[in-house]
Amino acid sequence: MLFSDAFSKAFSLILHLDRDLMGIILLSLKVSGTALAIATLLGLPLSAFLGFRKFPLKGFFISLLNTFMGLPPVVVGLFIYLLLSRSGPLGFMSLLYTPSAMIIAQTILAFPIVASLSHAAIMGVDPVIRQAAATLGATPFQVSLTIINEARYGIVAAVIAGFGRVMAEVGAILIVGGNIAGYTRVMTTTIALETDKGNFELALALGIILLLISLMVNVLLHIFQKKDMAGANR
Amino acid sequence: MSLSLQAVKIDKSYNGNGVLQGCSWSFSENGIYVLTGPNGCGKSTLLRICALLERPDRGAVSFFDKGQAVQNNSTLMRRMTLVLPSVGLFNASVNRNVSYGLRIRGISGKEAVDRTESILEFVGLTHKKDQNALTLSSGESQRVGIARALVINPEVLFLDEPTASIDEENTAIIENIIRQLKQHGRTTVIMTTHERVQAERLADKVLLLEGGMIG
Repeated sequence: MLFSDAFSKAFSLILHLDRDLMGIILLSLKVSGTALAIATLLGLPLSAFLGFRKFPLKGFFISLLNTFMGLPPVVVGLFIYLLLSRSGPLGFMSLLYTPSAMIIAQTILAFPIVASLSHAAIMGVDPVIRQAAATLGATPFQVSLTIINEARYGIVAAVIAGFGRVMAEVGAILIVGGNIAGYTRVMTTTIALETDKGNFELALALGIILLLISLMVNVLLHIFQKKDMAGANR
Repeated sequence: MSLSLQAVKIDKSYNGNGVLQGCSWSFSENGIYVLTGPNGCGKSTLLRICALLERPDRGAVSFFDKGQAVQNNSTLMRRMTLVLPSVGLFNASVNRNVSYGLRIRGISGKEAVDRTESILEFVGLTHKKDQNALTLSSGESQRVGIARALVINPEVLFLDEPTASIDEENTAIIENIIRQLKQHGRTTVIMTTHERVQAERLADKVLLLEGGMIG
């Protein structure tokens, strides 16, 4: 009874576009979207640099980046907390328990995913493409742009994968955001809190939205990966 | 006549195996030059070295314009082009593939459209212009590769085994394209083929590569 009751109330909250619910969803999208944008702006140039340049210890840096893809969110949260806490080296910025702190944490989580998967996409482009562009008179910069363009589906898939990671993340933002109502309370942290309090309808409503977003992200990811594989197989 | 080429005593080896050994040749007149010889004799290697895509271990490739040496490789790379055996088409429409060389040269608008359409008509692929290039047959891909190369009006066109893995119909079309280029007289074609008969059929001059040298 409790189960079906909670579900019907959760759907009612979604259908009536409940103000609190919408506020939490919008803040989640804002925080994760900003983190993803920053991670992409930093990750794409790095992936291109790793893809096109030769330098000592390149293999080590790639391995390091791949390792960071599996960073435990709570460890990232702890690290950022120590940096931003009053006694920490960046304590003077007063960023702890703000959306900015949450964006920093999520950027750190998304960055290795975007950079590493984009690098893999760039490396997956047929080497003949590079030669073909060069023989047609492309400058080294134009050759690089051509390769990035060929890797576009893989790069979009990398960005989508990064978004999936940060949207579903709870550990890091709970530590650095503090779950303050109307300020730093996002979908995942609200679900944790409301479940703890026994308010299942809001938790369930947010869970349903989160699942829908996750489904959408994965459908998009699948579409882009299929396009990428179709290109690679032809 | 615009560009002429002189390759002098080219040596090239891979993992200690000498492919080219003191190979020299040159051209100074527009025409069709066909490098032939058995598989693995170094035809493609020599072609790639002449097209400045690879460096020789020893020897030199020089280009001349009206008797003056052209030193700048990036300038040269814009005046000639090589169509690789696997072509390397981009994951885009035939139209976008063919107009690539124009875009990277900053040519756009009506001029780009006209030149692309004209070259697609020349290779007989106007009806495929909106199709993704990666969905074409091997023969059609090779023709798109040639169109992509010709749209930039190269003075020297290198073709590496352009008919190696395609059907008779497309082979005939490509041979016809090469003959028409000769009639237009603007482009020197240097191609490789392992088919001696095809070499004799197309070439103004057949260059037989044996033992790492041109006989």
